[in-house]
Amino acid sequence: MSDPFLSIQNVRKSYGDVTVVKDFSLAVEQGEFVSFLGPSGCGKTTMLRIVAGFEEPSAGNVMIGGQDVTGLRPNQRNIGMVFQSYALFPNMTVAQNVGFGLKVAGVPKAEAAARVDEMLNLISLPQLGDRYPYQLSGGQQQRVALARAMAGKPQVLLLDEPLSALDAKVRVSLRDEIRAIQKAAGITTIFVTHDQEEALSMSDRIVVMHGGMAEQVGTPFEIYNRPTTKFVAGFVGTLNMLDGTVTDPATGAVRIGDDNVVMKQSLNGAKAGDTLSLALRPEAISLGKQPGRDASIGGTISEVSFLGSVIRVRVGLGKDAVSLDTFNNPAAPPPRVGEKTEISFSSADLLVLH
Amino acid sequence: MTTQTHPVPRSIASRLPLNWLGVAPFVIFITLFLFLPTMHIVVGAFRNPAGEFTLANIQGLNTPSIISAYWISIKISLASALLGCLIGFGVAAAVTLGGLPRWIRSPLLTFSGVASNFAGVPLAFAFLATLGPIGLVTVFLRTEIGIDLRALGFNLLSFWGLTITYLFFQIPLMILIITPALDGLKREWREAASILGASGFQYWRMVALPILFPSLLGTLALLFANSFGAVATAIALTGSSLNIVPILLFAQIRGDVLGDPHLGYALAFGMIVVTGIANTIYIWLRARSERWLK
Amino acid sequence: MRRLWPWLALAVGLIYFILPLLGMTEFSLKMRRGVYSFDAYAKVLADPRFQETFTFSVVMALATILFGVLLVVPTAYWVRLKLPRLRPYIEFVTLLPLVIPAIVIVFGYIRLYNTSSWLPLTGSAMGTNILLIFGYATLSLPYMYRAVDTGLRTIDVATLTEAAQSLGAGWVTILARVILPNVLVAVLSGAFVTFAIVLGEFTMAALLNRPAFGPYMQLLGANRAYEPAALAVIAFAITWGCMALIQIVSRFAPKAPVNPH
Repeated sequence: MSDPFLSIQNVRKSYGDVTVVKDFSLAVEQGEFVSFLGPSGCGKTTMLRIVAGFEEPSAGNVMIGGQDVTGLRPNQRNIGMVFQSYALFPNMTVAQNVGFGLKVAGVPKAEAAARVDEMLNLISLPQLGDRYPYQLSGGQQQRVALARAMAGKPQVLLLDEPLSALDAKVRVSLRDEIRAIQKAAGITTIFVTHDQEEALSMSDRIVVMHGGMAEQVGTPFEIYNRPTTKFVAGFVGTLNMLDGTVTDPATGAVRIGDDNVVMKQSLNGAKAGDTLSLALRPEAISLGKQPGRDASIGGTISEVSFLGSVIRVRVGLGKDAVSLDTFNNPAAPPPRVGEKTEISFSSADLLVLH
Repeated sequence: MTTQTHPVPRSIASRLPLNWLGVAPFVIFITLFLFLPTMHIVVGAFRNPAGEFTLANIQGLNTPSIISAYWISIKISLASALLGCLIGFGVAAAVTLGGLPRWIRSPLLTFSGVASNFAGVPLAFAFLATLGPIGLVTVFLRTEIGIDLRALGFNLLSFWGLTITYLFFQIPLMILIITPALDGLKREWREAASILGASGFQYWRMVALPILFPSLLGTLALLFANSFGAVATAIALTGSSLNIVPILLFAQIRGDVLGDPHLGYALAFGMIVVTGIANTIYIWLRARSERWLK
Repeated sequence: MRRLWPWLALAVGLIYFILPLLGMTEFSLKMRRGVYSFDAYAKVLADPRFQETFTFSVVMALATILFGVLLVVPTAYWVRLKLPRLRPYIEFVTLLPLVIPAIVIVFGYIRLYNTSSWLPLTGSAMGTNILLIFGYATLSLPYMYRAVDTGLRTIDVATLTEAAQSLGAGWVTILARVILPNVLVAVLSGAFVTFAIVLGEFTMAALLNRPAFGPYMQLLGANRAYEPAALAVIAFAITWGCMALIQIVSRFAPKAPVNPH
């Protein structure tokens, strides 16, 4: 593996007694798209602003392309940034906005104009160069902001919740567009969001942040399917939380409800009688015995909601309960509340949380 | 500049005639006590005592003393408006955009409200008691430090004396008006400019000042009119020893016997013209600079 | 270095603004030779002319406020409710008194409403007083209208009106019992500014020859040394009081809605 292009090393940020970022480290490859995902107040925006240079870290370094930029001002870093509120300059036309960085950098007029045209084509708004920001829709404004951020060919692109001010439909289409443009340009990108769907669909890697720390770093697939902590499991996707009591640490046997399940993964050194926090994704569970599922637990159906193509069923297992979805089968009647049943799953899908 | 009532789209007028009754008292009041008196002055400036059209009154302004009065008035108003804008802007910017802690903001705005209304006669007294011949500062400088302001040529009853006095209400007025405009500057604009490579100076030149330009200009025009029409402070400060337009007009109205009453019309008309020009420049520049506004 | 500049500017500003206040206060206390005393204040307050002119100006101020409220509140309300297209024009007109010097306006009054005109207001003391009130109302129009219009922006005028109408209220009831209480804080802010303006106003009162506080101060200033400083302190205290009252009543103001229309 080559040296990382962007590297954040042991960064800490405190305001007085309050520490918002605690010992954060991350290495980002050239061209990689990394999301900072977390609830508000988790430190993701502060971390982004430290990379941008708007905030000075209390400790630690930020390196870009092998150069330590920690002490550099934002205007010396050659970074592009897109803000949640678009932040287009209202007194300039779209073309002037996109060309702002080039003008400031002293790029010759003809060259700058050509680059602006190229950028406007890239965001598919070539005809809007003479408009003022107030004449554009939110989605158009944000695309212009993206073009403005990328016009100067920055080394790193920072996106600070760029989609959260937009309505749902525009959000989804712009999501794909941003990702396509980013890939085509091969630009190293950090994307801050509180929306797990955005993070999962766009990123090469996700950093789930909580309380100023990186809870877990991994691909969307890893984050979703193998969350390592309770927080990540709860924040990403919907999840069934279960308590299990260790019965035999040697074989990995754990009692859930009235049944035993033999766990494939390590129990983290738990002893017999210890309680483990376990989690199961709804889509990993089936109703009734199924071939290829090595674990099953008996329970009672406690709730049935008919949602059209899908039926959501809640099954009580002792003091816990799990939700699962089954496809609507017109030929078979849906389960009824109070019925005894059995759920089955692959024991490898049962997650042990810290 | 006030002589025109604005045309009203016929369709509304004929469709909802009753609605106009609601604003009738206001329109009548404004007409009787703002438009008509002003119009009367304007018309009077072009009439002789017999009621015939004449340019003689306007030509009557062409005496060295009246021209110098206008000139001093314009200079004082321009100086106090420009300095008021500059200093007030500096203070407001320091408080709103960092540099100074936030807690200063509220007392500063309250004080500005008081000081901008503390004009007229009492303001003159305050400055006489401070910078007058036996004022606090004058005496202190002379007896404790040995600087004789008088010997240095400073006189409160002069261009600079009046300008310094007027600044006492001009600066706070600027602070009051420009603070909301500065609050309207989004932090993201500054950050966006900075991350795009702009220096602080470039941000101000290319983004912040163009955005603030209409407000700055409007305040400048307002401050100009504010000191151009200031009568009370000037009279209380100088008696009638300083030759500026409002004092001249005041004496003309008071005296009446002094000479041609129609010269008074011409003097007042001249004042309307000056503030009118100031505001026309403002409106013209504002229209040019505001293409980007809704 | 960058931190120092704003503080330096603030210090210079403070000195500029505090020295005249300090100067007038110190001067007002110096009437008795060698010691500080309140003699100047005692003299001023005991002067019957002070009492007369001050009372006159207070009465004028209250009358101006009453007239201003009766003129501005219904107009601003009506424009918001029925003639929103007219708003920019009305707003422009209300700002004109800031641009046309007061001396010009009052000059027009003297010529237009003299004894030989169709409306001989200056013919009698009462008529002149009324004319002066109208003049003051014109001067305070920018502040009054702005305050009330801002207040109206924070309430939903149309809905309140429809609700009141559906309960059978007439226009006067709506204005007096529904709209006015809702914009009371704004009206009070405008009223205190008006009070401060009228109390110190000089030009109009002097040229209309009314025995108001402003001309009295000027007269005293021309003839005495220490009393004017005492008057200035009193006038400053009154102005400060008016602004403080605005701050206090503003605490009770409803916050403007997020949508700025």
